[in-house]
Amino acid sequence: MTARLVVGPFNRVEGDLEIHLDVADGQVAAARANSPLFRGFERMLLGKDPRDALTITPRICGICSISQSAAAARALADAGGGTPSIHGARMAALLHGVENTADHLTHFYLFFMPDFARPAYAGHAWHAEAVTRFTAAEGGAIRAAVEARARLLHIVGLLGGKWPHTLAIQPGGITRAPGMRDRMRMALSLKGFRRFLEDTLFGAPVEAFTDLSDTDALMGWTTGDAGRFLRIAADLDLAAMGQGAGRYLSFGAYPGPDGPAFAAGTWMDGAPGPFDPAAITEDLSHAWMLGETAHPSRGDTRPDEDMREDAYSWCKAPRLNGATMETGALARQVIDGHLLARDLAAGGGGVLARVAGRLLEIARLQPMLEAWVDGIEPDASFMAEMPPLPDNGAGVGLVEAARGALGHWLRIEGGRIAGYQIVAPTTWNFSPRDATGTPGPVEAALVGARVGADEDTPLSVQHIVRSFDPCMVCTVH
Amino acid sequence: MNLLWLQSAGCGGCTMSLLCAEDPNVIDLLDGAGIRLLWHPALSEATGREVTDLLAAIAGGTIPLDILCVEGSLLRGPNGTGRYHILSGTGRPMIDWVRDMAHVARHVVAVGTCAAFGGVTSAGENPADAVGLQFDGSHAGGLLPPEFRAAGGLPVVNIAGCPTHPGWVTETLMLLADGKLTEADLDGYARPRFFADHLVHHACPKNEFYEYKASARHLSEIGCMMENLGCVGTQAVGDCNIRTWNGEGSCTRAGYPCINCTAPEFEEPHHAFTETPKFAGIPVGLPSDMPKAWFMALASLSKAATPERIGTNAVADRIRVPPSLKTPRR
Repeated sequence: MTARLVVGPFNRVEGDLEIHLDVADGQVAAARANSPLFRGFERMLLGKDPRDALTITPRICGICSISQSAAAARALADAGGGTPSIHGARMAALLHGVENTADHLTHFYLFFMPDFARPAYAGHAWHAEAVTRFTAAEGGAIRAAVEARARLLHIVGLLGGKWPHTLAIQPGGITRAPGMRDRMRMALSLKGFRRFLEDTLFGAPVEAFTDLSDTDALMGWTTGDAGRFLRIAADLDLAAMGQGAGRYLSFGAYPGPDGPAFAAGTWMDGAPGPFDPAAITEDLSHAWMLGETAHPSRGDTRPDEDMREDAYSWCKAPRLNGATMETGALARQVIDGHLLARDLAAGGGGVLARVAGRLLEIARLQPMLEAWVDGIEPDASFMAEMPPLPDNGAGVGLVEAARGALGHWLRIEGGRIAGYQIVAPTTWNFSPRDATGTPGPVEAALVGARVGADEDTPLSVQHIVRSFDPCMVCTVH
Repeated sequence: MNLLWLQSAGCGGCTMSLLCAEDPNVIDLLDGAGIRLLWHPALSEATGREVTDLLAAIAGGTIPLDILCVEGSLLRGPNGTGRYHILSGTGRPMIDWVRDMAHVARHVVAVGTCAAFGGVTSAGENPADAVGLQFDGSHAGGLLPPEFRAAGGLPVVNIAGCPTHPGWVTETLMLLADGKLTEADLDGYARPRFFADHLVHHACPKNEFYEYKASARHLSEIGCMMENLGCVGTQAVGDCNIRTWNGEGSCTRAGYPCINCTAPEFEEPHHAFTETPKFAGIPVGLPSDMPKAWFMALASLSKAATPERIGTNAVADRIRVPPSLKTPRR
């Protein structure tokens, strides 16, 4: 017998999410992810001065604001030609890396861990400690993490004016040239953050965590909140929960003169592959959108006001060569070739793998952020003069947000925006079914999740959904 | 005091900004003010059925609601149905939930310019038919009518800003919890005057450049951004440069213009955000409370009197010419 469950409001994700479940024999037989909010940013931008994308698109999302800003700046730079300042690009990477680190931290402490403090887990050896540290909006670790995050974001205050919604990142670089003293201040903020990571999150040097090279070594990590998470993960077998299809996508993160700091590419059937932006399509068969499947450079956003019966989400369904792709920190680290990430992917890429992928990325980003600050040359130019935007042209901006691959496709006609299409990380991960009936990544990962007889909001479903760290406001935009 | 926070159609950035509250952190601050979170979508444990049960209990009056915070604009589309945002798990448009909750709440607070006036969500063709809680842009009357008063007697309190400064939100909530916020403490757009009586221009580090109309021509130059780069800090309300953001930041401190994000309809300036519209070479939209002729006269005079230090620095990306030192007396 199949029972149907609707799970919502689905909180501790960014934005609004509704999950529909078919449940049979105590497990999920099929899942549908509904993104229930449509705002229409792609339509708002039509007819505007292309530069206005730098002000408007960051406001798609209050948690990935700098990612949106970086994607818009790169789309404009691509459309106009010219070469951004190397020093400016490095500072844009610093701002972006700080946001991504803060987002991973927010996910771990505020969104993901509080579920283990639920009364349903009373009786597990780790539960009492989980209650003390991770109870939602109360736990000691949560207060400490919120403070560490606020202090880390001082870097964005100093260099970018405020967070979220900075306008500091421009096609040619950044608007504020940091001096000697700014470099010292930002180094101090990073020292403080390292202390938090090493005292509280990892309980050991971050380098020791990045040195882990396989899942066994990871499961042997005992210190800090990471160790607490891993003990819980072992007990509840989070590795087996919510496994993915093993197809990963990354646009490449933090561009530098020698290419991105984390590589671009794909990972399929246990092997790396190239990424071809021309192979992306957005399928509208199960979205409340009108039009045909198209590449985002030719795409369009026309909402179906009638919300037709055979569709169930405002989210379009992006595909790469027709296939669903998972994107995010785990995908980035797998594609970049980190041994631990590849071992986690080989083990099925479930809840444990996604969360550990984020921890790994926090640990890897810290020394990178330090190096970018250390390398600031206070006499350098941080903004290059760029050629004027063409009256007619097109540009693409591909970046990696905390949650994965983010693309902006811009078309300019008569000096105004004639087309602007955005495909966000959670558009990939939380896409609905496509014309072949193939479910999106989270829909597929939920199949088989355990549902207790008395559960109306199954815990396993919550762990799996939150392991993707969905950003629903970005998804539909 | 019980507080319920709903996220309507916005980006969630006002919550993300609120989490940047320091000294103390936002959790300690709410504890200290005696404010109990009934539910917040980003912070609370309750999910799914636990939440719908809670909402039903609040709507039915079983659980008293002292403060309702709404973040994000209210979507009336398509065609007045509100179905562009169904609150997940309920099958009901968010605007219906917000109306119900507003009518049982002692205080109703719009957090951010979207919730206050419609904001960025209503930009361009306003595809989702977004409005604010009690304003539609600068016009009184949004989802709720102009005459709406919450049970506590106040209209919707509009903590405008895109995003809101964490201090604006926490201080407003503390004042409400303490019974210290009256209608006289709100400006004509119902924004708390403790931040809305200031202008972004106040304590802007570019004030000396402004005095001489020594202007930046391109983003990254450190001169005043009013003449060429679209800055409206002399007209925009907010104490951004007095209290600063995320440590010591502000938009103008980071070298980009104030776009008046605390104001209704800031999302449609009718020109590119980073370019000052001009008529016959003269910027339109001068400081709001200064006679134009005086402004022009003073501007041309001060421009002619610009010291070399200020003129040179204005078009550089950092200070090139330091202040001169006084020659010691013999």
